[in-house]
Amino acid sequence: MLTMNLEGLEMIAVLVVVVVFVKVLEQFGLLEAGYDDSVEDELELSAVRHRPEGLEQLEAQTRFSRKELQILYRGFKNECPSGVVNEETFKDIYAQFFPQGDASTYAHFLFNAFDTDHNGSVSFEDFVMGLSILLRGTVQEKLIWAFNLYDINKDGYITKEEMLDIMKAIYDMMGKCTYPVLKEETPRQHVEVFFQKMDKNKDGVVTIDEFIDCCQNDENIMRSMHLFENVL
Amino acid sequence: MAAGVAAWLPFARAAAIGWMPVANLPMPVAPTEKNKRQDELIVLNVSGRRFQTWRNTLDRYPDTLLGSSEKEFFYNEDTKEYFFDRDPDVFRSVLNFYRTGKLHYPRYECISSYDEELAFFGIVPEIIGDCCYEEYKDRKRENAERLMDDQEDNKDAKLPNMTFRETMWRAFENPHTSTMALVFYYVTGFFIAVSVITNVVETVPCGSVPNMKEVPCGERYTVAFFCMDTACVMIFTVEYLMRLFAAPNRYRFMRSVMSIIDVVAILPYYIGLVMTDNEDVSGAFVTLRVFRVFRIFKFSRHSQGLRILGYTLKSCASELGFLLFSLTMAIIIFATVMFYAEKGSTSSKFTSIPASFWYTIVTMTTLGYGDMVPKTIAGKIFGSICSLSGVLVIALPVPVIVSNFSRIYHQNQRADKRRAQKKARLARIRLSKTGSSSAFLHSKRNGLFNEALELTGSTEDEKRLSKSTSLIESQHHHLLHCLEKTTNHEFVDEQYYQQSYLEAGLQNYPSQSPSLSSQDGVTGTCCTRRSKKQHHTPLPNASAPAHMQPLKHTHTHPQGLQELSTIHIQPLSTSRSSLNMRVEEPAPLNCQSSQITTAIISIPTPPVTTPEGDAHLPAAPTLQNVVKVSAL
Repeated sequence: MLTMNLEGLEMIAVLVVVVVFVKVLEQFGLLEAGYDDSVEDELELSAVRHRPEGLEQLEAQTRFSRKELQILYRGFKNECPSGVVNEETFKDIYAQFFPQGDASTYAHFLFNAFDTDHNGSVSFEDFVMGLSILLRGTVQEKLIWAFNLYDINKDGYITKEEMLDIMKAIYDMMGKCTYPVLKEETPRQHVEVFFQKMDKNKDGVVTIDEFIDCCQNDENIMRSMHLFENVL
Repeated sequence: MAAGVAAWLPFARAAAIGWMPVANLPMPVAPTEKNKRQDELIVLNVSGRRFQTWRNTLDRYPDTLLGSSEKEFFYNEDTKEYFFDRDPDVFRSVLNFYRTGKLHYPRYECISSYDEELAFFGIVPEIIGDCCYEEYKDRKRENAERLMDDQEDNKDAKLPNMTFRETMWRAFENPHTSTMALVFYYVTGFFIAVSVITNVVETVPCGSVPNMKEVPCGERYTVAFFCMDTACVMIFTVEYLMRLFAAPNRYRFMRSVMSIIDVVAILPYYIGLVMTDNEDVSGAFVTLRVFRVFRIFKFSRHSQGLRILGYTLKSCASELGFLLFSLTMAIIIFATVMFYAEKGSTSSKFTSIPASFWYTIVTMTTLGYGDMVPKTIAGKIFGSICSLSGVLVIALPVPVIVSNFSRIYHQNQRADKRRAQKKARLARIRLSKTGSSSAFLHSKRNGLFNEALELTGSTEDEKRLSKSTSLIESQHHHLLHCLEKTTNHEFVDEQYYQQSYLEAGLQNYPSQSPSLSSQDGVTGTCCTRRSKKQHHTPLPNASAPAHMQPLKHTHTHPQGLQELSTIHIQPLSTSRSSLNMRVEEPAPLNCQSSQITTAIISIPTPPVTTPEGDAHLPAAPTLQNVVKVSAL
């Protein structure tokens, strides 16, 4: 019995010694543990650097003058030295204007509206095209742009769900401290009002023609479309 | 607002077109840029080095020297440039702040010259970017400490009107202040040393009386030692009482470590005095004598090093604790193994696991007394592993602990600093956020005044108010205003929100409208749904105080209450006419979509009947006095 115990313990002792030995060898690199390193992302090095088209081309494509394009580009490049804005930066920038609420959802929709080629980033061309429509476009173009913003899946119809998302995003920007107190159903009610006004044939969706028609008949909206014309 | 963000303001405003089709209310008028100039380069000549930048870049921060009209004082007509007679190297950082929105602190720069430059250009140092903020604060603190040290050396000149008590306390704390203090310091030090030596010598065996065994000196010269002890204790007691008397905050002094040591040092003597006649507890009395050794800790008042050591031990307590814990684990493991390994051998000293603890500790610390040795092979193998690991476990952390002391000490300081700075930084961010939102709320009230004045056509006051906000700010506020109109809700500040949230329950009573509601019936028939329309009643009478606010905000502005009283008393024609003027706003009441609201006006409990002067009404009207007045 005793010898059995001794032998068992001796074996354990020998095992421990062997294990320690192996570990030491591993430390010296003579024995590979066999784990593969994760390959560093080489892609990170080639950060996206985008150079916009020439000034003449942009001048031709948009309705901005040369000087205005210069001013716009300087501001753009200052904030985004790499030449493109990705969604995160976009959200950050937009959120700074609305300190009381949460502007990220609306910024997401806005980003999709500016990112016309849907490549996940807004380059200077996208930016300036969008601004050209918004600041110098005809009322028709502005309305089309707004319709595009509301139509989240770009299928040509605004459904109630899409409008509800947009509405909630807008109300989110107000934040909590409002007067009167924001209630849960306020966005939904607002959507109802909107649809009552816009959806002429009551089919539950708003098409672009209905939208443009209704807006052109509404004095408020017409007037407010001209509001920002002297920006820049 | 950050510099870069200001550049994006046109984009944000353009994007606001997205809200227009959704909004049901008319949008407010956009602020016009009165003198819109083409962007031009301006030259800043700083001690001969010329810097050039766009004018717009400098205009981003209108509350600094370069961003405001203050720089016109430095305009040089002949050379058509702005000349500053300051350090051009520091000016680089200042100008970069305008360009990038981040203020950096160059490490090679002297902290006080940097501060001076910042103060000259009107830039608050708190906006230094995170990358350089820590360095800046560290240097500033060092500088402040150095100045404080210099000041303290001067301060030690005796101030004329200190009370005796304060003089004594200062003498105790800083022995170099006067000769008496120094004498006292050395005397106490001497007596501490004497007392400690006495305690030690007491136990040495002195020469022996021939027929008895060796006795320690203490028992041979009892009287002498007793007198010595008494003298020392008397000195210590007197010292303690004097300190207690002189302490500015006695309770805090009594709780401090040094005073506890003092008490513990002298207490055994007194207890001994009390208990001498009772022989039963003399054993305990002997034990108490052990505590006399604490007198040696009194030296820490005399030695700075001891104090630092004590402090660092205290601050590294967690590290030491962990070390102790891992040691204990190792000891238990090895003791168990050794016990079971040696269980078989005959006449083994390893009688139990706790008995093996002694072997493990002795082996791990490489002491190796040899009173317990393993005899079996397994025991020897494990014993050797034990001693090898002991070398690692004991010898390795000692230098690590030493370096840990300094590292952890500084790290603790830095972590606390960073936490404090983080709190300060978050507070700054929050402050700037609330600052911008409260700026908006503030300008909203002023903006209403503007609109009212536009209606009445007085232009000087408008100029006076509009120059208080820069163009960028007014454009930003216009943007927020458009959002308000789109969603038909207003931005309010925190306390107003709380109040209105509470009274949301009270909102449903329609009937309590006092005499103001004479125009009740005009639109009551039109809109049947729960409807809200913002209605502000600015009073066009010029005698009202310069800051008019819509009556909703009365709970924070006592002047608002005064306006209420003027509505109350003056012939309602004035208010009616103004109300009518507002009605003529170009918004047709489209009953489906427009919404009419009632302005909540707070009335203080005694309705004020004096229309003139600043009636200082109770500042916080209670909720019961909230009354609904249907406007229009």
